[in-house]
Amino acid sequence: MTILRRLAGSTLLRHLTAAVIVGVVLYVLTYKLDTFRLYQMADVGAYVIAVAGLTVLIGQSGQISIGHGAFMAIGAFSTALLLLHLHWNIVYVLLASVAITAVAGGIFGVAAARLRGPYLAGATLMLAVALPTVADAYQGVFGGDQGLSITVPLPSFLGPAFTFTRWLAWLSSILALITLVLLANLNRSRVGRNWRAVRDDEIAASLSGLNVALLQIRAFVVSSACAGLGGAMYAIWAGSVAPTGYTLTLSIGLLTAAVLGGLGSLPGAVWGALIYVLVPTYLENVATSHGLSHSASAFVPIAAFGVVLMVVMLVFPAGIQGGIRRLLGPAAPVAAAPLSAFRRQAPATRHQEEGTT
Amino acid sequence: MQEFVEFTLGGISSGMIYAAIGLSLVLIWRGTRVLNYAQGGMAMFTAYVALTVINHTGNYWLGFVVALAAGLVLGAFLERTVIRPAASKPPLNLVIVTVGLLIFIEGLAGIIYGGSFRSFPPAFSINGLSIGSFDLGITRNDIFTAAAVLAAALLLAAMFRLTPVGLRMRATAFSPAISRLLGVRVGRMLTLGWALAGLIGALAGMLVTPQTFLYPNSMDQIFVLGFTAAVIGGLDSPVGSVIGGLLLGVVLSYASGYLGSQLVQIFGLAALVLVLMVRPSGLFSTAAARRV
Amino acid sequence: MSGAAGLAATDVVAGYGGAPVLDGVSVSAAPATITTVLGANGAGKTTLLRAIGGALRPRSGRIMLDDLDLTRRPPEDVARAGVAHVPEGQGVITELTVEENLRLGALLQPRPRRAAALADAYQRFAVLADRRRRLAGTLSGGERQILVIARALMSAPRVLLLDEPSLGLAPRIVTQVMELIRQLRDEAGLTVLLVEQNARSALSIADQGVVLNLGRVVAKADAAELAADEALRRHYLGF
Repeated sequence: MTILRRLAGSTLLRHLTAAVIVGVVLYVLTYKLDTFRLYQMADVGAYVIAVAGLTVLIGQSGQISIGHGAFMAIGAFSTALLLLHLHWNIVYVLLASVAITAVAGGIFGVAAARLRGPYLAGATLMLAVALPTVADAYQGVFGGDQGLSITVPLPSFLGPAFTFTRWLAWLSSILALITLVLLANLNRSRVGRNWRAVRDDEIAASLSGLNVALLQIRAFVVSSACAGLGGAMYAIWAGSVAPTGYTLTLSIGLLTAAVLGGLGSLPGAVWGALIYVLVPTYLENVATSHGLSHSASAFVPIAAFGVVLMVVMLVFPAGIQGGIRRLLGPAAPVAAAPLSAFRRQAPATRHQEEGTT
Repeated sequence: MQEFVEFTLGGISSGMIYAAIGLSLVLIWRGTRVLNYAQGGMAMFTAYVALTVINHTGNYWLGFVVALAAGLVLGAFLERTVIRPAASKPPLNLVIVTVGLLIFIEGLAGIIYGGSFRSFPPAFSINGLSIGSFDLGITRNDIFTAAAVLAAALLLAAMFRLTPVGLRMRATAFSPAISRLLGVRVGRMLTLGWALAGLIGALAGMLVTPQTFLYPNSMDQIFVLGFTAAVIGGLDSPVGSVIGGLLLGVVLSYASGYLGSQLVQIFGLAALVLVLMVRPSGLFSTAAARRV
Repeated sequence: MSGAAGLAATDVVAGYGGAPVLDGVSVSAAPATITTVLGANGAGKTTLLRAIGGALRPRSGRIMLDDLDLTRRPPEDVARAGVAHVPEGQGVITELTVEENLRLGALLQPRPRRAAALADAYQRFAVLADRRRRLAGTLSGGERQILVIARALMSAPRVLLLDEPSLGLAPRIVTQVMELIRQLRDEAGLTVLLVEQNARSALSIADQGVVLNLGRVVAKADAAELAADEALRRHYLGF
């Protein structure tokens, strides 16, 4: 009894237990699914990592980014270049890619520390648009339009007969679970509380002694590190890295996934990643079956994301996880309710006050 | 020396495009405090409309006029249907709504017209002009571009300063509450602001697309530079965005000319970040440096 | 604008969320009269004007301009119906010049009349004529108050809602303003609803006085009667 009580008391242990349980379920799943589904599972895992980072940035620290695709690109290209030129062990490559992206995120975070709202969004938008052009400028290093190809050998301890896609699914799931546990702990820690304090009322937070700029930068570092890891995993999954895979559309897609799942919610990030991976192909197929050309159908998911963003922001600001929370009531996992907090900053262009609130 | 002249003149020409986009952003920002991330997308879409007309009728100027009209209509339509309902929501929601609008328009364009790059006719000849044997590095079309944007900016300025509707729009932008007390239909002024922004965006699209080719994402890079121009000038200041655009165009022209044309966007990013760190309210904003 | 108009607010309940500030207030102003609304701070005077002017939507009650129902109409519609609301505090648009502020007010008049209205304003208020090209934000508090009153008159309204026009004005100027309001009632048939802290000067030009306390009407009478009622004056009006 005391063991359970101690488990329930410690946040870290609670999260680890949940992760282990989920991990076991996923493990079993990887022996039940066919190759294609395993491949998709690995894909989802990569996006879970990136979306989780982004949703924490927006939902917990209150900063918007429509440029996280750029950080995924940094992680991906770091991985490719390290593997290609230094032939390191995959673990070191991943760690280094995360570190490089975190540094990039830190630099951007410092530059953007004082920016808010539309200015921050605009700066991240420009990052998303500008960064892929670097690859065009230095085609020798980055492989031009074709990009760089990646081969990650199967770890020897798995044996030569191990299914490659299952290995990808394992790697992706482990990385995703680690990321989610770390982020969940961060959210519950003092840093997370401080983030939410800044998000809710920046002036009050700074008056009570919080170093707002440092907190914002830290949020950027963490979320960009996640994007970098997600990008690295994605690169390993795809087997190649090319600038055409990391466009503005990707950045906005990540945002859509985060919004759909509920900004600030880690379970929501999983929902968002699942939808982001599974729904577009479905939509494209529906479109082609209705007679649209292949080139045109490729744009149906993009248009759908646009509709989702507009509708969710206008009608369901709390996303899927918010809907679940409303259904389940207080028993649901407690995720932040970020957007209600922004009401305090609502623009003062009220035209007619309502006499009743 | 020739290079320098080429870069300067070329910079002025592209700077006017950035100025146009910046101007349309300022128009909307002043009235509604919304940053319209879909502005480039709207311009791209009206260019597609123009191309359809041009291909069907063989008449470039008809397409040109239709594009401008489509810009007006599109701007007004979007303000009433998408932006007005979102106006009472927190600012973060508005950012995401216009971003969603952007990719919706891009997706729609791709669905209707496909994703392939299409060539787009310029208004005037794109042969390089020269004085004697001195290559100026610009074309008749470039001159038209600069003149058209300048004319649009001057017409707008005249409208704002000299006409009753311009006075109403300025009043609405400065103080909607007081304007209402004076009988100004604030909602209509906001719609008009978006309509005019759509018009100018459409103009920018028509002018720049011959260079970028037409495809759903063709205005993305132009948009971010137009945004940078608006920030440099100050989001409150129409004059500022024109000057900011010119400055940006010329500086980027030198940078890309002497240091490598592939890096234009990176230089633009550097310029944006620099301005946002040093003087976020822009060069010409009347408001005190505000952390928005 | 056509002849004088009467204003009637009936059983108005209004507030800002929670308990209402106005709890069933009825005030009527006959055409071409000055009605002054008096009372202590927080009594609901400003809220009443805002409810009539459309800036605040009443929860219940009715607001009629002669036969026209203005209840719950937005401020711009109320203004277009001929009711000019001069709110408390600064109401100038600081980024526009004095002349632009005035011109803005005149836009509700047909085009041929606007120039004459502007000339009238400059004749009546020399201080504005002197500063016509300056940004309204550079004017002193008293000058701004004159500007908002002048601007409200530019539209040739039939009803004028004035919220504490004497605030921040030198006594000499207050007298001038009150004189002007009286003139406008006599010559132009303007109906005025005047909210004032300075009850004495308000009652000296008003035809009717209404006293609010805690969101209710506690006294309604001829201005002269009210001014003579010592007990009431001391209790609610402080003199």
